[in-house]
Amino acid sequence: MSLSITLTINGVQHSIELEDPRVTLLDLLRERLDLTGTKKGCDRGQCGACTVLLDGRRVNACLALAASQDGAEVLTIEGLAQGDACHPVQAAFIAHDAFQCGFCTPGQIMSAVGLIREGQAGDDPERIREGMSGNLCRCGAYRGITEAVLEAQQSLGQAGQQEAA
Amino acid sequence: MNRFEYVRPATVAEAIAAAAVPGSTYLAAGTNLLDLMKGGIVSPTRLVDVSRLPGLDWIEPLPDGGMRIGARVRNADLAHDPTFRKRFPAVAEALLSGASAQLRNAATVGGNLLQRTRCAYFYDPASACNKRQPGAGCDAHGGENRLHAVMGWSESCIATHPSDCCVPLTALDAVVEIEGPAGRREVALEDFHLLPGATPERESVLAPGDLVVAVRLPGAAAPFAAHARYLKLRERTSYAFAVVSAAACLRMADGVIAEARLALGGIAAKPWRARDAEAVLAGARPDAVSFRRAAEAALAAARPSGDNEFKIELARRIVQRTLLLAAAGTPERLPALPASPFAPVPGGALHG
Repeated sequence: MSLSITLTINGVQHSIELEDPRVTLLDLLRERLDLTGTKKGCDRGQCGACTVLLDGRRVNACLALAASQDGAEVLTIEGLAQGDACHPVQAAFIAHDAFQCGFCTPGQIMSAVGLIREGQAGDDPERIREGMSGNLCRCGAYRGITEAVLEAQQSLGQAGQQEAA
Repeated sequence: MNRFEYVRPATVAEAIAAAAVPGSTYLAAGTNLLDLMKGGIVSPTRLVDVSRLPGLDWIEPLPDGGMRIGARVRNADLAHDPTFRKRFPAVAEALLSGASAQLRNAATVGGNLLQRTRCAYFYDPASACNKRQPGAGCDAHGGENRLHAVMGWSESCIATHPSDCCVPLTALDAVVEIEGPAGRREVALEDFHLLPGATPERESVLAPGDLVVAVRLPGAAAPFAAHARYLKLRERTSYAFAVVSAAACLRMADGVIAEARLALGGIAAKPWRARDAEAVLAGARPDAVSFRRAAEAALAAARPSGDNEFKIELARRIVQRTLLLAAAGTPERLPALPASPFAPVPGGALHG
């Protein structure tokens, strides 16, 4: 039995037929829509590489069944920049060398955007580290990541929270 | 992952009817269920998606000071709800000490109650597990079991329940509201989960088709708000399940503990209410002697199920520290690392 769902992904509406209900949001993005910026790391909700914003909130796309997200808005790393202009979180990651191999970086950046939107961490590095603990970086770029999130938090400020995603 | 049929009912009644078909399982966020299905640990033939059923997503303050929480309220939304955080700060602290921000944004309160154990042998289809396959045996017995149960375990199963928020909810006499083929009923959370006995595959009182629709905190739980903490010892600073945890809630009067609530996590197949310890604390002064006696009472029946005798003393110490922090008062704002046992203790260290 085929399922029809509608998703708005990075501002574009997609009507999708699912022949098989087992498809996760992560596999849908990567395999069906060719949005491969969202990474498949552990595929079990442990590493955070697949983090996207679902209706404005960061989630693990690997543990979200696509069929269950019918009607949702999804923002992935591909939808973050405005044309050629990096999003402030992307710019801060570059400025602070907040990555090495880069595999976890899309998930880190989407998680940071979600964290800033949530507005709970402020500019407390300890709260930022705790808030980013769902994103593993095997290169160990955590120091740069924390600095980048801190800077992006400050540059976006209160007024920027709506624009952050 | 096995192939399954996906159905999305529009009402609770439709959901219950759909789940009456054998092989059916309810799907909420799926943060635990999809993981289990990917690993081949469970293989339902039908998923009944309850993630958008109307009427189950409210957080409702009750006039008596209690609160009613719809089963599909997300963990993050509950933890950050201003009224809830004020009335039940230990529950908020427990919620924020669990999983990651991404998972808390998805996982639901109902799902939290029903999450499965993190026993590695349960998760490994190549291992013997009575919970996964009744009668198969238990490879955790005699295996890597330093994190397993020290209370209420059986020869069949030594797994623990992994929930954080169920620990303070149990301490505070939360009630689970259930709808099912037989109608509506309520069960105290303390009685909701089952100890393994000879049937570890039965983890709760739910019958096939039963749906958790809400969790309710009674008004009698509200007077503990000023002295309520949750502490959780983990093997890394964040994003890990509890080795042992404790929720302590005190009602203070004239410098004495008028009433105490205490529950432990990570030590049994259910959140463990420590009523004997509560009796020790009633009327006692909030000092190290009382807390030590309470900790002894809480763990009096504990026995190791393998290489985990250390957890018994660790649990006693976590109980004492949680009581000390609860007596000092609920902080205005939750600490940067919620439930961390490494935060400074008022009055200095407990263990010399």
